[in-house]
Amino acid sequence: MSLQVRRRVLPGFGLTMGITLLYLSLIVLIPLATLPARSFTMSWQAFRDTVTDPRVVASYRLSLGASLAAAAVNAVFGGVVAWVLARYAFPGRRVVDALIDLPFALPTAVAGIVLTTLYAPGGWLGKPLAQYGVTVAFTPLGVTVALIFIGLPFVVRTLQPVIEDLDPEVEEAATSLGASRTGVLLRVILPNLLPAWLTGFALAFARALGEYGSVVFISGNMPMRTEISPLLIVTKLEQYDYAGATAIAIVMLALSFCLLLCINGLQTWARRRVAP
Amino acid sequence: MTTSIVRAAVFSAAIAAFAAPAPGQTLLNVSYDPTRELYQDLNAAFVKYWKGKTGQAVTIRQSHGGSGAQARAVIDGLEADVVTLALAYDIDAIAQSGLTSTAWQKRFPQNSAPYTSTIVFLVRKGNPKGIKDWGDLSNPGLQIITPNPKTSGGARWNYLAAWGYALRQFGGDDKARQFVADLYKKVPVLDSGARASTMTFLRRQIGDVLIAWENEAHLALEESPNQLEIVVPSISILAEPPVAIVDKVVDRKGTRAIAEAYLQYLYSTEGQEIAAKHHYRPRDQAIAAKFAASFAKVKLFTVDEAFGGWQTAQKTHFADGAMFDRLYRLVAR
Repeated sequence: MSLQVRRRVLPGFGLTMGITLLYLSLIVLIPLATLPARSFTMSWQAFRDTVTDPRVVASYRLSLGASLAAAAVNAVFGGVVAWVLARYAFPGRRVVDALIDLPFALPTAVAGIVLTTLYAPGGWLGKPLAQYGVTVAFTPLGVTVALIFIGLPFVVRTLQPVIEDLDPEVEEAATSLGASRTGVLLRVILPNLLPAWLTGFALAFARALGEYGSVVFISGNMPMRTEISPLLIVTKLEQYDYAGATAIAIVMLALSFCLLLCINGLQTWARRRVAP
Repeated sequence: MTTSIVRAAVFSAAIAAFAAPAPGQTLLNVSYDPTRELYQDLNAAFVKYWKGKTGQAVTIRQSHGGSGAQARAVIDGLEADVVTLALAYDIDAIAQSGLTSTAWQKRFPQNSAPYTSTIVFLVRKGNPKGIKDWGDLSNPGLQIITPNPKTSGGARWNYLAAWGYALRQFGGDDKARQFVADLYKKVPVLDSGARASTMTFLRRQIGDVLIAWENEAHLALEESPNQLEIVVPSISILAEPPVAIVDKVVDRKGTRAIAEAYLQYLYSTEGQEIAAKHHYRPRDQAIAAKFAASFAKVKLFTVDEAFGGWQTAQKTHFADGAMFDRLYRLVAR
């Protein structure tokens, strides 16, 4: 038995790996590689000045902060939505299920315009909120709201199938063995969901970092306060400063790559805890 | 490099003169956002004119977007036969990439700008804040809407109009800087484009004044005549949206003759009338006189007079770390 070659379902490791590498190179690596190539036209000094300009630094802070906040909010509420959709049958469930995908399909500029109109000081939601002293449109909060909107499907769609696969009988067994409700939640359900949850969080976060279309409408684009990094990239392009634009892009790329790497590490750790 | 382009241009012009153009030519006009309706009418008229003159059928395709983004698309390979953009700076960028002659602005009359516009104010009906001229924009408690000049070509005209006014009114760059900084302090939202600003002002009812191109202001007024009024200041900038032929493209496609005729047509009586109907100020004196009622009298200064041309204006005002960025550091404080 030990001599027998392990058979794989798909034949030809060489072939599939070759296709994988070619595909990844064409779609991801080559376009990304042109980024540093373009910014290499500037000196190290110029590169550093560009990416450490106070205005640019303020934009990293907003982009990263708002993206993390939006992904966190989505992780919590998207988790609840996924749970409800997977576990309960109620009238209109299919409609709600279909609604989740809308932020995927809607052109982001449309989403931005709609959200801005709703949350502007005179809008349906903006007006009542203003009475409590909360302004959403044209503040970092507005940026976060737009990012929550576009990030929601990522959390729901990664969690939902995992919850559906969770066998309720396991929870019943835990209960019959004397576990409390919180015990079941914390020691049975959460560990099983954690890897998918982190994936959803990471996807929502990554999507939010690069988002441009919906945010520029609701952010108000005030220098130092509500400019996201992608807007500054566009600002540079508008001056035909391709090198400066790619410099900011590289920093964004590096930051998000590090963060995604951390999240992946957490995920591996979580998965190892579930399946020894 | 320029000489080789010129040589190539002359050479291919010679070829174009001998070779009979193929029937069913297609031209691509890459333009900026608010000219969509203008060029729909102009294209229809030109197609008819060209058919009558040469018997040749021509199709004109249009592409619209932000002026800078359109210029970048052309530089990156969008096959535009002609470009009709919001500012000379964007066509300069195309010329610097080698696609057309750097002397493009000398090729057609009037700085290659067949129609012009200017910067005016849109206010709420009845003008409740009593805004008459640029000076009134310093009134306390006012909210002003204008897009971000760093992302919007159109907004750069707004900024330069304000600066030019202050320069004449108060004399000296220091006073002008103070005036423009005060103005931008009153801007609650810097939208990324002119249309977005119009929407902020019109749909979301934010702000007391919208600084806008005259033709855009008229379009907005036609849409909601009961909500708005146009206020024309005593002095403003002469906005010259320029046109140019993209040498490399027309030479490759053999469309130079027709592209030239197309841009010339913009200066013709019919072309000028169509422009005037779409609220662009015609260059032709006779047509201007005919439409005198629709364009308020205003003293106009040009970018060349007040700022020494677009390249200089861009460098002193809109480049990173230049005047606009420095003003914003004052505003933020």
